Amino acid sequence: MTLYRDTGVVLRTYKLGEADRIIVLLTAGHGKVRAVAKGVRKTKSRFGGRLEPLCHLSLLMYEGRNLDVVSQVDTIDSPAPLLSDLDRLTQGLAMVEVVDHVAMDREPAPALYRMLVGALRTLGTRPSPLVVPAFYWKVLASEGVQPRLDSCVGCGTAEPEAVLVAFDMHEGGVLCRSCRRGRPVSSEALRITRMILGGQLNAALDEPASSATAEVGHLATAAIEHHIDRRLKSVAMFERGDRPA
Amino acid sequence: MAATYAPPVQALIDELGRLPGIGPKSAQRIAFHLLKLPTPDAERLATAIVDAKAKVRFCDLCFNVAEDLLCGICADDRRDATVLCVVEEARDIVALEKTGEFRGRYHVLLGAISPIEGIGPEQLKVRELLTRLADASVTEVIVCTNPNVEGEATAMYLARLLKPLGLTVTRLASGLPVGGDLEYADELTLGRALEGRRAMD
Ligand SMILES: [Zn+2]
Ligand SMILES: [Zn+2]
Repeated sequence: MTLYRDTGVVLRTYKLGEADRIIVLLTAGHGKVRAVAKGVRKTKSRFGGRLEPLCHLSLLMYEGRNLDVVSQVDTIDSPAPLLSDLDRLTQGLAMVEVVDHVAMDREPAPALYRMLVGALRTLGTRPSPLVVPAFYWKVLASEGVQPRLDSCVGCGTAEPEAVLVAFDMHEGGVLCRSCRRGRPVSSEALRITRMILGGQLNAALDEPASSATAEVGHLATAAIEHHIDRRLKSVAMFERGDRPA
Repeated sequence: MAATYAPPVQALIDELGRLPGIGPKSAQRIAFHLLKLPTPDAERLATAIVDAKAKVRFCDLCFNVAEDLLCGICADDRRDATVLCVVEEARDIVALEKTGEFRGRYHVLLGAISPIEGIGPEQLKVRELLTRLADASVTEVIVCTNPNVEGEATAMYLARLLKPLGLTVTRLASGLPVGGDLEYADELTLGRALEGRRAMD
């Protein structure tokens, strides 16, 4: 068996047998990798808590036919800052859930990896309601489905001639008052989404939480769900607002 | 190639494959093992399953496994009614009881919050927990969920939910495994152990 070294983020884990786990990772060099961590569920495991979702690791692994085998692990970024806050934790999990659906087995995706590592660090150091929506929009853009935000996808008219009032997932862009279909979108939410996709991510992250940032979140979630063609489980959980006030 | 097993064999494999931790290969292996067993042995296993399902139920109060309306712990008057230990599964009660350190009662959630699996508080026995706490006899809740991402999410959710009720909410200190070397402890465990440090007397 070939031994290889890579860095990766744990996307999710599955129990395997009595004490093992299958770890799904997005690695820097090998794309999405599934690996067995033997004995990890025992309290005396040498892997300890290093192979939990959201851990950013340096790994030594044996290459297998279907499943690789984790041999050694070192922590690069611990998810501790996310584990101390329920909102940050669910936001982190919402990002890895998307990555799990977007990344392909053993298809290198270095850009996606860098985005994920960056977004998880941002979530830990300067949490904002826009970290997850911004991550979703960036993922979509890198997948080649950057939305059209400056002119109507129906008639092509741009602002200020057109008043852009709607967003259509199928067309992948905004619509003017006369062409409108899809879902309504406010000019504030459009402004923030343009900042995110137009190289002003840092300024966007400073936006205080408002109905517009919430709208950007719902729009980004709808767009990513449309792209991966399924509902996100972790998003449904915290956006339903079932947490105590 | 499609499955070519006789329908009863395939049904057995399918049922076994639905058990936790058992994949299709293991299900096949166990199925053929069972087929080779002497008939009385196989019947004993079948009876044990049927009996357990018929006689064992969940405790009305804490959702521990019980043979009656209440489990042995809820029915025991000598247990401290002011402290409640919240666990994910009934088997965690067994582990905690073995320590002999805890004299209060339990509440089993029957799972943990898992955003990735879409399991939220409403799928767990959280509403029932709130109902139990309503009569104010419980003053402290110890959250004993697993020290992993799901367990942490559950603990944080419960802390947020219970603190406004004026209860003392504590979390099981997750320290270093006894018998392990400090240098092998991972950062999360070590950080947790530092947080949960206590004065030495
Ligand atoms: Zn138009
Ligand atoms: Zn009980």
